[in-house]
Amino acid sequence: MAAKSNLTNMVLCLTAVCLVCSALLGGMYVLTAEPIAKANADILKASIGAVLPEGGELSEAKPLEVGGQASEYYVSTSGSEVQAYAIRSTTVGFGGPLTLMVGITPDGKVYNTSVLSHAETPGLGAKCTSDEHFYSQFKGFDPSQKILSVKKDGGDVDAITASTITSRAYSLAVKNAVEAFKTIKGE
Amino acid sequence: MSKRKLDIFTKGFFKENPTFVLLLGMCPTLATTTSAINGLSMGLATLFVLVLSNIVISAIAPVVPDKVHIPVYIVVIATFVTILQFAMQAYTPDMYKTLGLFIPLIVVNCIVLGRAEAFASKNGIVDSALDGLGIGFGFTMSLTVLGLVREILGSGSAFGWKFISGDGILVFVMAPGAFIALGYLMVLFNKIAKKN
Repeated sequence: MAAKSNLTNMVLCLTAVCLVCSALLGGMYVLTAEPIAKANADILKASIGAVLPEGGELSEAKPLEVGGQASEYYVSTSGSEVQAYAIRSTTVGFGGPLTLMVGITPDGKVYNTSVLSHAETPGLGAKCTSDEHFYSQFKGFDPSQKILSVKKDGGDVDAITASTITSRAYSLAVKNAVEAFKTIKGE
Repeated sequence: MSKRKLDIFTKGFFKENPTFVLLLGMCPTLATTTSAINGLSMGLATLFVLVLSNIVISAIAPVVPDKVHIPVYIVVIATFVTILQFAMQAYTPDMYKTLGLFIPLIVVNCIVLGRAEAFASKNGIVDSALDGLGIGFGFTMSLTVLGLVREILGSGSAFGWKFISGDGILVFVMAPGAFIALGYLMVLFNKIAKKN
């Protein structure tokens, strides 16, 4: 069946196969680079758009430290006026990192939150993306009036039943974003 | 189509079904079948790689020196997987996000290299393509059935269409449910296959 091996034909064969394959991949990369960039930008835009008031002009990503970790934020402006900030905030949930996008208006109130990625248990912690009672309580949350932690810890957030760890992580992520917002405002 | 060619195509469904009979590719099988749609798309992605790598490998097998055949096959398979990955990222980003890590892992799926070694390197291009199609559709069928069973029991829906409100038996969405569902389906499948 297969040809008998000697040094020459082994080297030739591997070189030829690798050359052809890398040429193919290079071509495919050039073809798809633009659609991939567009698809990624669309996903990001949709996630930011969900937590900000409509109609703002979105800035480029700016680096920011949130909860001791490198993260980034986006500013939405309408005319010359700053409409809101979108801050990416990551904490550790029950199953792994929980990443949120938190929209904050210039008066320091939380506009809205959305989950970018999570690894919580389906049916329990994963409810943080589907349980409206839970995630809607952060809508319009005013951190100067209420405390951003679950009721069990003396705060004002209703935890998801049987998912206190996820609820804590979610509240902490929002809290970190609010803290980080203060450093933006302080600049 | 001659009887022999038909046999090559259909053996992937029952006699040599990769999931229920050969027990190959268990890792993506257990991990991606949380719903019928996920199982179906993982199956189709593997089918794509399987058919193309079988065709190319059967074409180049006679000139590949025997001592380097595994590296050559892996390079061919990895190339098709990366092409698929680029295409999915560009045109079906949602599906790519769901299947995520398991797309690059098709490279080390033992079904693909197994068919290259056991079949494509010893047979002609047409036979190898048919073998890839048969095994690929067999794999897709098994993953879709497993995904459907887990989705019906675990989330009370089928192909995303919800027919009971609230949650199902949650364990079926998680890893232990995957093993339980796979085990019972395997028993059922082999019982039916034995009868025929």
